[in-house]
Amino acid sequence: MEKVIEFKNVSKTYPDGTQGLKHVNLSIEKGEFVVIVGLSGAGKSTLLRSINRLNEITEGEIVIKGNSITKAKGKQLLRMRRDIGMIFQNFNLVKRSSVLKNVLSGRVGYHSTLRTILGLWPKPDVALALSALDRVNIKEKAYSRADELSGGQQQRVSIARALAQEATIILADEPVASLDPVTTVQVLDDLQHVNQELGITTVVNLHSVDLAKKYATRIIGIRAGEVVFDGPVDEAVDKTFDQIYQRSGKEQGAEASGL
Amino acid sequence: MNLAKRRVAKLKLSLIILFFILIIWSASKQTGVSLVELFSNLSNMGALLVQMFPPDWSYFNYVTSAMLETIRMAVLGTTFGGIAAIPFALFASRNIVKTGWIAVPFRFVMNLIRTIPELLLAALFVPIFGIGFVSGIFALAVFSFGVIAKLAYESIEAIDNGPLEAMTAVGANKVQWIFLGVIPQVVAPYMSYFLYCFEINVRAATILGYVGAGGIGLYLSRTLGFLQYDRVMSIILYTFVVVLIIDGLSNRIREKLI
Repeated sequence: MEKVIEFKNVSKTYPDGTQGLKHVNLSIEKGEFVVIVGLSGAGKSTLLRSINRLNEITEGEIVIKGNSITKAKGKQLLRMRRDIGMIFQNFNLVKRSSVLKNVLSGRVGYHSTLRTILGLWPKPDVALALSALDRVNIKEKAYSRADELSGGQQQRVSIARALAQEATIILADEPVASLDPVTTVQVLDDLQHVNQELGITTVVNLHSVDLAKKYATRIIGIRAGEVVFDGPVDEAVDKTFDQIYQRSGKEQGAEASGL
Repeated sequence: MNLAKRRVAKLKLSLIILFFILIIWSASKQTGVSLVELFSNLSNMGALLVQMFPPDWSYFNYVTSAMLETIRMAVLGTTFGGIAAIPFALFASRNIVKTGWIAVPFRFVMNLIRTIPELLLAALFVPIFGIGFVSGIFALAVFSFGVIAKLAYESIEAIDNGPLEAMTAVGANKVQWIFLGVIPQVVAPYMSYFLYCFEINVRAATILGYVGAGGIGLYLSRTLGFLQYDRVMSIILYTFVVVLIIDGLSNRIREKLI
């Protein structure tokens, strides 16, 4: 299998001395649906956000499809980011802009600066954006203002933005943490469809063990900046999660059912 | 113990009150303000008001072109100042320009300019650009720049960081990042400040004529000088109506924006 994301001895030390990541070695392959689980503050976000360098690492190297993003500079870094879609907990749409404009903003890396700032999107781009919206079932909202949509719909718009980017990797940082249980399932279903139908490698941070088990093809457990579990979903038994979450079996049952 | 504390607090309060009375008394002593004079001269005020009525209705027609010039000055001054304010506001915002010290000179210039009142600016520009509305436009432009740049950079610093992060993640360069992440978030507040500044400028433009910077102020100072109080009244009424209409329109638009 083709290695898409590789962590080579990656460490992150914050200026105040706390260690976010400790000697992480991972390799994620094409088409995997990886869910990263762990306590809040364990380093899930740091790990995910270092992949497209929203966070800088202090040691080691991250390689995307054979090219080091850690060493990438200027245009090369922008090009690499263009191929990595990102979904955020708070959707991060421009609320005052239309849904379509938000989706089209995923295309900035493909055109000249002048063209994109004037909003002169070529027809094929608009078609691509609309079909991306269609894939997540909100095409009819294309011309609504983003803040008129519900949370779940906004998160689907941000998935459409990643699709419009023609990303080969999607990173999702707690994508359902601010959604209700029903829309949570819809959004994760969307991510799963995109992963299965388009073969987009997907890495998701999740709080909930149940959801991780339901959607992941592979689970990575993080505790205090270290990878403490890494394996296919059927190898992740309750004892594994106890280890990740540092707790006894009784408590685990309570939290897992509570999303 | 408690009693002593209360006594100290009481003493403090009486000292503060005494201090304020002293300030007001000394200020009025220095400037020669006297309530007695105010009331003994009330009859003069009445005489002036009598002379103001009825206003010289025919004069409205005569000063209309000057009034239109006043509005044009405000429009152009606000526009030039508002446009010049955009790059300054962006460079002064710490969430846009991450290198900390770059914002410092931009903020310094903005703060410096805001300390100068528009009438003083006009008085400075008249010797440079000559008597007339051009000086007025420049004075209003500089003044608008100060107001709009300050308000705009404060609202830029308050925008939602999320979309900016998203633009970074899609691989936008800095210019795309500003135009697609920052600008859409600040267009509405910016337009609102622009209109607010325009309202201020219409009012300011009516007196700029006093220092020779064009507009209706010239006629105001002239008629006052000639003691033509009926015409003064006409100008005051005219200004009142125009300012009222412009404020009303601008407020209506600003409500729609937000």
